[in-house]
Amino acid sequence: MEISRHWRLKKQRYSLIGEVCPHCDAKIFPPRDVCPECGQEARSEFAFSGRGQVYSHTTIYDAPAGYENNLPYTVALIKLDEGPIVTAQLTDLGAQPVEIGMPVEMVTRRIREDGDERGMLVYGYKFRPAWNAPIK
Amino acid sequence: MREVAIVGIGQTPVDEHWDKTLRLLAGEAIFAALNDAGRDQVDGLFVGNMMSGELSRQESLGALIADWIGLPGIEAMKIEAACGSGAAAARAGMMAVASGEMDSVLVVGVEKMTDSLPSETTSGLATAADADYEAAQGLSFVAINALAMQRYLYVSGWKHTDFAPFSINSHANAVHNPYARLQEAITEEEYHKARMIAAPINLLDASPTGDGAAALLLVPREYLRPTTRGYDGRGRPVITIAGSASATDTIALHDRRDPTWLRAAELSAQRAYAQAGVGPQEIDLFELHDAFSIMSALSLEACGFAERGQGPRLGLEGQITLSGRIPICTRGGLKARGHPVGATGVYQMVEVVQQLRGEAGATQVEGARVGMAQNIGGSGATIVTHILTAL
Ligand SMILES: [Zn+2]
Repeated sequence: MEISRHWRLKKQRYSLIGEVCPHCDAKIFPPRDVCPECGQEARSEFAFSGRGQVYSHTTIYDAPAGYENNLPYTVALIKLDEGPIVTAQLTDLGAQPVEIGMPVEMVTRRIREDGDERGMLVYGYKFRPAWNAPIK
Repeated sequence: MREVAIVGIGQTPVDEHWDKTLRLLAGEAIFAALNDAGRDQVDGLFVGNMMSGELSRQESLGALIADWIGLPGIEAMKIEAACGSGAAAARAGMMAVASGEMDSVLVVGVEKMTDSLPSETTSGLATAADADYEAAQGLSFVAINALAMQRYLYVSGWKHTDFAPFSINSHANAVHNPYARLQEAITEEEYHKARMIAAPINLLDASPTGDGAAALLLVPREYLRPTTRGYDGRGRPVITIAGSASATDTIALHDRRDPTWLRAAELSAQRAYAQAGVGPQEIDLFELHDAFSIMSALSLEACGFAERGQGPRLGLEGQITLSGRIPICTRGGLKARGHPVGATGVYQMVEVVQQLRGEAGATQVEGARVGMAQNIGGSGATIVTHILTAL
């Protein structure tokens, strides 16, 4: 990925910064300029807690170019506590079987094992089991 | 608006065409369509294609193909909507004829996929997703469909095995289609034992890629005059585009209000039904976008053939077979005819025309007069629905 492109996304990748709608208080991730709930302009930053639960999941055995060394790896839709769903890899699973509803928390990890075609190591959010989270 | 007729169809087999270039494949389908129509006058060319820039380092396909078929000078352009590019190009061509802007339009869908390494093709297909928030996390296109299917199984209570009839039906029909990539039947046992590619999706849930091209020739219906051998001079029924509609949804699966509902399929089908003055009960066959078995269930639900969460029941009850209530994937579908992504939507329309003309051989749906084709781009981001009728 282009270095500038990754740099532009650094707040989202490292800190899960999205937006809160000043009109209807909806929490938005990834950030977008039009609130998906009320259709009005939304540009106020909001830092997500990074806590959520697994909404759906799959394990990948055929990877896109640049991700082959991670195989097999597990990706998930994570329903964040504040509402939005985010797509991310799961990590630190150990022998834990992944289940829908499992509580998870955000961590920062290397997304591609070997760096990309420009030699850049790309870090960003992944999610791991949240052992201490209250069961909902 | 003028009514638009499809007077010519053409297709190449879906296969690994190592000996043929992208332009040669497109030309084969186009010349077959012109020959089928007995015409050579063309005002414009609309090319459906997704990945020529990424996989063949070739864009400007409008000019490339117009030049190749000996028609430099005509207006020509590429239309892109990921895996929905083919039907999007057909719809662009339809609008050009309906509006009165053009009197004779070629539509060709073409994709060249097998020159590339599998991981390059996988990366290319992932460009249909949100590059920053889906593909950048290492998600393949299969994985995004697997996330939808896993959630669907959880919410609806169906088991993976309940999706077997979709793949078995497509393969059974492809046996009789000489243009199909996989002309072989599969058994329920083979389906259960297939290699997992992104759980719960296994190899027999997923459509094969391939190289291929399919073409249509469109003219205004009012220009067709009765002859002793029918309106097309060849004794065949006239096929008209009675409904044509396209709709969009969020590009990322995670941004959908319900990732197990194809809102754009529902919207485009409703618009096409309204134009054609029909409902799902009038549709005699449905070429749906079975890129993955989950998409068959979601498409049947969104288009009103099954209640929400009940798509797999139609397969289990045998209602999707040639003699069932709503035959689907009658020429093999994406699953077995193959899925040359940007060409697929045009293949589907060619196959509906075959059915309505009575040219579908051993897979003919008896008495078919109204057929529907629906082509999906991405995980449901662009969905194009066409309803064709025979007069
Ligand atoms: Zn709002």
